[in-house]
Amino acid sequence: MGKKLLIHNDRVPGIHTLDVYRAHGGYASVEKALKSMTPDQVTEEVKKSGLRGRGGAGFPTGMKWSFLAKPEGVPRYLVCNADESEPGTFKDRYLMEKIPHALIEGMITSSYALGANQSYIYIRGEYFYVARILETAIAEAYAAGWLGKNILGTNYSLELSVQVGGGAYICGEETALLESLEGKRGNPRIKPPFPAVAGLWGCPTVVNNVETIAAVCPIVMMGGEEYAKIGVGKSTGTKLISASGHINKPGVYEIELGLPVEEFIYSEEYCGGIRNGKKMKAVVAGGSSVPILPTELILKTAKGEPRLMTYESLADGGFQTGTMLGSGGFIVMDEDTSIVKNLFTFTRFYHHESCGQCSPCREGTGWMEKILKKILDGKGTLADVDLLWDIQSKIEGKTICPLGEAAAWPVAAALRHFKHEFEAYVKNPSSIKDVKHYYRLNNLVEA
Amino acid sequence: MGSQVHGTQEFNKAKRAEIKFSDAAMETVKTIISRYPQGKQKSALLPVLHVAQAEFGGWLSAEVMDYVAEVLNIKPIEVFEVASFYTMFNLKPVGKCTLEVCQTSSCWLNGAEDIVRYIEKKLNIKVGETTKDGMFTLKVAECLGSCGTAPMMQCGASFHENLTLEKVDALLEKYRSEGRLRSYTDLDYQNTL
Repeated sequence: MGKKLLIHNDRVPGIHTLDVYRAHGGYASVEKALKSMTPDQVTEEVKKSGLRGRGGAGFPTGMKWSFLAKPEGVPRYLVCNADESEPGTFKDRYLMEKIPHALIEGMITSSYALGANQSYIYIRGEYFYVARILETAIAEAYAAGWLGKNILGTNYSLELSVQVGGGAYICGEETALLESLEGKRGNPRIKPPFPAVAGLWGCPTVVNNVETIAAVCPIVMMGGEEYAKIGVGKSTGTKLISASGHINKPGVYEIELGLPVEEFIYSEEYCGGIRNGKKMKAVVAGGSSVPILPTELILKTAKGEPRLMTYESLADGGFQTGTMLGSGGFIVMDEDTSIVKNLFTFTRFYHHESCGQCSPCREGTGWMEKILKKILDGKGTLADVDLLWDIQSKIEGKTICPLGEAAAWPVAAALRHFKHEFEAYVKNPSSIKDVKHYYRLNNLVEA
Repeated sequence: MGSQVHGTQEFNKAKRAEIKFSDAAMETVKTIISRYPQGKQKSALLPVLHVAQAEFGGWLSAEVMDYVAEVLNIKPIEVFEVASFYTMFNLKPVGKCTLEVCQTSSCWLNGAEDIVRYIEKKLNIKVGETTKDGMFTLKVAECLGSCGTAPMMQCGASFHENLTLEKVDALLEKYRSEGRLRSYTDLDYQNTL
């Protein structure tokens, strides 16, 4: 059993309430930080822990915090990014729904470290019911004196509230999120200035993912050095993985970074292997935008070493033979899966979610969707396959925000590793009909 | 778009006079505004639009958007540019229950297309259409964060997960018999996780 720091109490009845959460050691990090540590000491522990942003980018959290500008008389803000929208990712929802106080505790401790007296949790609009759960928990925290004026009798005060979005993937990008929090369209801003200097309403702001903020609590309690002992190299601590697709046990798992991918997929403790006794064909390891890898490359690196669940090991080989840990959205596909059709669902997604600000992304995502539709309709040509490659290469690196890359990478990777499948569809359109596009439900209808 | 949406000013005024938040909704709106610093009330726009949509029949007419602008003391265009950007806001009338079936990767891998096709056949509508009785609107949605419990659909605040055709039957039956508007802001959300 790996160590669990975030969701070890997820099955405790009533853990969503303040009383039960407290009875299981909740809010201890707030007590420790506010009563015995300075804000800088908290930041120092986060730096020592090696914690990296859990939303997908993997940027060192302590470093991000240390960039926060602190001009006199200007308010600073901590904004929690709960806009979780990366296909394949549902860990933040699980954490907030099951243990809402874990996020609130992390928000208080982190806000204290950053000197923020007003913090926001920006949650995707579709998670409205989760926002209700958070609001109920926040009200409990206010009533018990964990939020509001002079927390625990100290000089520190914090107001915390939740804001719901309106349904836009792009608002998971931190500057688009800030625009949305200001009541505007979610168009990403040009950086610099970075939010650490000019963020919410032009004030210094830190935007962190839900899981990142929740991880601050165990770091404060055990100390950064202890936390850094978990994991491998620069991939320290534990990570929530959202596992879905053709596996026996989909769900959210907390793993120690460094777990072999093979163990994660096949052991009974985690995914429990591939459903219906099928073989595995491919895995998207870190949410829809990271490169898809065929079985042989997800289990072992090109050098033949076992692939581990770490930022470095998953990225080993670059994009030629590797991928990324990303948000930890782990989608497993069995031998019957059409890679082309799956890619079509991704590309349709990015076309739908492009904010329309930059031409390469706005136009390119639509073109890619159209071409993939044409191929799936049996009308594709070999030139279309080349055109797909050409378009994705002209989106990457040419947009204000990373949605361009997020849309281009899955196309590039599918072509890199499964080009034969695209070509087979083009050369023999009737073969497309044989592809099993439906799984469980089809069986259900037949039964 | 503007002239089509907004019509004549006279017409606007007549219609707008009828649009007013209930006392309860107004309380909620005030609470939302109080979360932001003085002068930053525009930040309340998205949450207030959700309240307005639930309050005024499940969609945002030009008159409703103008009213929201008035409440928040911002320009009408600032409301429209936001309402037209985010997928959760309906700028046209919809049925009492909007069924949003997720169609992205993990849901597709688990049969989302079958769910869509089944509902289309059962309700005799296509994606994007509303049943003649105004009860159901069928939509497809992009990843709603239920990948581990796929396939799923959202209706108002509720997430219906691990869907089967039988579950869809039961849900449609239940919604039809209750016959009320389902909103994202509903308090009686169901979560079948």
